[in-house]
Amino acid sequence: MAVPLVALRGLTVDFENGGRTSRAVDGIDIEIAPGEAMGIVGESGSGKSVTWLAALGLLPGRARIGGSARIDGQELIGAPRRLLESVRGSRIAMIFQDPSSCLNPVHRIGWQLGEALKLHRGLSGAAVDAEALRLLDQVGIADARRRLSDYPHQLSGGLNQRVMIAMALAGGPDLLIADEPTTALDATIQAQILALLGSIRRDTGMAMVLISHDLGVVAENVDRVAVMYAGRLVEEALGADLFAGARHPYTQGLLAALPALTGPRRRLAAIPGTVPDPWNVPAGCRFAPRCPIAEKRCSTEPPPVHRVGLLHRAVCHRQVEAGFSVWSLPRAAE
Amino acid sequence: MSGLLEVTDLRRYYKVRAGRGPFAAKALLRAVDGVSFRIEAGRTLGLVGESGCGKSTTGKLALGLIEPTSGTVNYAGAAMPPTGGLEWRALRRRIQMVYQDPLGALDRRLPVGAQIMEPLAIHGDATPAERRERAGAVMDSVGLQPHQVDRYPHELSGGQRQRVVLARALMTEPDLLICDEPISALDVSIQAQVVNLLLDLQDRLGIAYLFISHDLRVVRQVSHDVAVMYLGRIVEQGEAESLFARPAHPYTRALVSAIPTTGAGPRRERLLLQGDPPNPVNVPAGCTFHTRCPFATAQCRSEVPLLRTLDDGREVACHRVLESALQVAA
Repeated sequence: MAVPLVALRGLTVDFENGGRTSRAVDGIDIEIAPGEAMGIVGESGSGKSVTWLAALGLLPGRARIGGSARIDGQELIGAPRRLLESVRGSRIAMIFQDPSSCLNPVHRIGWQLGEALKLHRGLSGAAVDAEALRLLDQVGIADARRRLSDYPHQLSGGLNQRVMIAMALAGGPDLLIADEPTTALDATIQAQILALLGSIRRDTGMAMVLISHDLGVVAENVDRVAVMYAGRLVEEALGADLFAGARHPYTQGLLAALPALTGPRRRLAAIPGTVPDPWNVPAGCRFAPRCPIAEKRCSTEPPPVHRVGLLHRAVCHRQVEAGFSVWSLPRAAE
Repeated sequence: MSGLLEVTDLRRYYKVRAGRGPFAAKALLRAVDGVSFRIEAGRTLGLVGESGCGKSTTGKLALGLIEPTSGTVNYAGAAMPPTGGLEWRALRRRIQMVYQDPLGALDRRLPVGAQIMEPLAIHGDATPAERRERAGAVMDSVGLQPHQVDRYPHELSGGQRQRVVLARALMTEPDLLICDEPISALDVSIQAQVVNLLLDLQDRLGIAYLFISHDLRVVRQVSHDVAVMYLGRIVEQGEAESLFARPAHPYTRALVSAIPTTGAGPRRERLLLQGDPPNPVNVPAGCTFHTRCPFATAQCRSEVPLLRTLDDGREVACHRVLESALQVAA
C-alpha cells in the first residue's frame, strides 16, 4: 500500500468502572490510504466506534488509551489539545447515527454551518453565507437558501443527516468517519445518503471509514473491510474477497446469518451464544466459546495473524480453507 | 375457507393540529386508510413500509388495542368484540403481541419467571403449580435455561430478553402473534437465532404471524405473503418470493432495490427515489406516491389508484403497472 493517510498501531482502550477495568479495544492495527474507503463491521460492543473516538481524543477522561494513531505521521494519542483541535474537523471529520441529536435544536441550520466554517476555515461575513449555501447544494438539499433559516426539527431525518454531512465537509477533511450514518433512516433515504457519500468521495477524493453493523451497507460502499469482534480485529480484506471468500469463522457466521434476497429460502445459520461482556472476555481467541471449530489452544492462546491472500488477513488458529464455510458443518447448525 | 384474521377496509384517523399555537387549524391524519388483508391459520403475513406508513397502527387495530374509525376486523369468523370488554379480554389469550424493545416490554423489577407466568394469572386459570410447569415448558421451547427463571431483565442479553417476551406471549397458547419489529433491536448474529425460533414455533405449534418490519430480508425469510404499505394504504400485496423477485409497484421496486447486498447474486434494478415521504397530515391527491414516483403521469396526480389483481394473484395499486414501458428490463 502507498503511504497511509491514517495508521492505527496497537491501539487499546481501557475503561475503568467501579474498580474493574474493561478493555473495549484490544490492539487494533489499521491503515487507511488517501482517498480509500474502508468499512468497519461488527456487532454492538465490538469496539468499532470506540476505536475512532479514541483516535480523535473524543472519549471521556476515565478512558485510558494506549498504542498509536497517526495522521501523516503525526501522533494523535496523548497529543496536546491544540493539535487535536486542528485535526478534528479540518483533517478528520466524523458523522454519527442520529443526526437530530447531533445538531443543536435551538440554533438555525445556517448558524450551525456558519460556526463550522468560521472555526475550520476562518471565513467571516458574506463569505460564510455563500459557502454555507454551496455546501447545502453539494449535499443535495433543494431550496438551500430557505433551509439555512430552518431549525433542525423542521427537517426530516434524511435532511438532517445531509446537514451533518455538509458540516463535516465544511473543514475540507481528508478523512470522513461515518459511524452508522444511515442506521436511523428509512430504507429509501438510506439509499439516498449512501449514494450522496459516494458521489462526494468521487468529487473530492476524500477517504472514508464507514462503520456499520450492516454487511450489505458496507459491501456496496467501500473498497476494503475490517471485521471486529469483542475489541479485536478478526479479519481484513478487499470487499469482494471478504464477501465471496471469508476465512474467519465469525465473518462466515455473520454472512450465513443474513437472509438471502433471491433463490430458495434456507434455514439461517445462527451463531450460538452471545458476545462476551467486556470485563469478562475469554482468554485466547475471544470467539472460541461460540466457534464451531474451536480447539483446545483456541481457548488459551491468542490467535496469530495469518496472511491468507492479497491484502487479506485472518486472525484465527484454525486456517479455514478458502471456499469452505464452517457453518455448513452439521454440528454448527445451532 | 375463511381466514383466521380478516381485516376489511380498516381506517383509523386522528385529529391533529396542522400548525403551531392554540389557533392552528385542525387537520385529519389518516394513519391507516382503507387496509384489507387476511391471514390463514399457521401462515405469516409480512407487513412492510417505512416509518410513519401506518404499519404499527395496523397491528394494533388488528389486535383491537385501538378501535378503528371504520372497517371491520374478523377473528376466526366472528367480529372483534369492543376493546376492553370481557369478550375482548377473553379473546386476547388467542392473540398476543411482541414488540421491538424487549427491555421496554418487560418489568425491570420482576424476575422474568414471574412475568412469563403472569398471562395465566391474568386469565385466571391454572393453579400456581400448573403455571410453573407450563412456564418451564415454554421457556424450554424458546431456548431459555430453567435457572434463568429467577433472573431480572437487566441480567439477560438482548436476545434472551426477546425470548422471554416470546415465552410470555406463548403462555396462553395463542393462534396469532402480532410481531412489531421483533428483531430490529438485536445484533445480526442474534437476529438469526430469533428468526429461526419464530419459524420453529410456527412449525411446531401452527401459530400465525402478522410480522411487521422494515427489514425486507427478514420479511422474505419468514413470510408466506407480504403487504407493502405507503402512507396508510397497501400499495402491493402478494406471495413473498414472487413479490421480492418481481416487485410490480414502483415503490416496492424502490424498496427492494434499496436493500444493500453483499455482492453475490444477479445484478438488480437500481431505483433511487427523490425526496422524503410526504407529511401524513397533508397527503398528495391522487396516488399518494406520485410525488416521488419516477413514472407519475397526470392521471396519477388526480385519481386514486385502487388495488387490482394481476394474473398471478398479486394485488397492485398503480395506474401504470400494466404498461410495457414500465416493465423491469430482464
